[in-house]
Amino acid sequence: MESFDWTQLLDYALMAMLLAVGVAIVRLRNLFAAVMLMGVYSLLSAAWFVSLDAVDVAFTEAAVGAGISTVLMLGAMLLTAREAEPVKAGRHWAALAVVLATGAALFFAIGDMPAYGDPNAPANAYVGLDYIIRTPQEIAVPNVVTAVLASYRGFDTFGETVVIFAAGLGVMLLLGFGGKKPKKEGGE
Amino acid sequence: MNPHLVLRVVSKLLIPIIVIFGFYVHFHGDYSPGGGFQAGVIIASAVILYALIFGMGAAREAVPAWFVRAGSAVGVLIYGGTGFVTWLLGGNFLSYDMLDPESTHHAGQHLGIILVELGVLTTVFSVMVVIFYTFASRAPDIPEEEW
Repeated sequence: MESFDWTQLLDYALMAMLLAVGVAIVRLRNLFAAVMLMGVYSLLSAAWFVSLDAVDVAFTEAAVGAGISTVLMLGAMLLTAREAEPVKAGRHWAALAVVLATGAALFFAIGDMPAYGDPNAPANAYVGLDYIIRTPQEIAVPNVVTAVLASYRGFDTFGETVVIFAAGLGVMLLLGFGGKKPKKEGGE
Repeated sequence: MNPHLVLRVVSKLLIPIIVIFGFYVHFHGDYSPGGGFQAGVIIASAVILYALIFGMGAAREAVPAWFVRAGSAVGVLIYGGTGFVTWLLGGNFLSYDMLDPESTHHAGQHLGIILVELGVLTTVFSVMVVIFYTFASRAPDIPEEEW
């Protein structure tokens, strides 16, 4: 038997905390607390991504999920009620059926997933390996993720930047440019 | 006495550090995790923290709405402009090696990546702040009893 990998206990602990926070978010009726717990959920996912060696993803999750979206959800919540309406029991059963079906399908698919860190997994074998081999010669940048994002896939990242610009433009056009009514508040 | 005195003092200390960390994440993106996107979000969160603690009015004076409105387009222009420059220098669109063809250690790639990431940073920072400003100018400030 192989030596026991103690770090997987950390993964289990983080997943258990994610589950607990998820259940708490579903059961809470106070939206303020729910928004805060969603930030906690993002931060826990970020910690889990670090444990899985996906540092760049963890960084983005912590900055966007725990930082910006919590603030935007707070801003959205201030425009509505503070408490959610109780949901009828019948809709709980429908939701439970959907969740159980999706969960069963995901468990069914686990058998086809490559093991974590498998060097022959499709994600590590073909283009991924190619990028890792070629980056030191062609780009000479230590961080392969940056090399792929900004250089090999520069067009994709350009498209993403345009998408973010379009999202901001959409918000500005729908909600107004926010400069028409100067509000005097705070800032003494 | 202001009830948020501790929050104000702590965030006054933290906001400059957050902004510097954002720029570190951007300029060190070639060597460590991070890049323009994360840096933009971090710097935007510094502005949002300032707005939450010191009020929208102070934040709009520090980072005016016209600035971020223009910035969201300027970032895309920086990114596309880098591509055009490599084009004019005789390469393909976004072929950064054209920026320094004599270099033996791909200095052009470094320069190009930093430039396009600067474009990403500008757009992401501006759009995040724009979205926050538009939402926040519709919502009332957080009432005292909910802090």
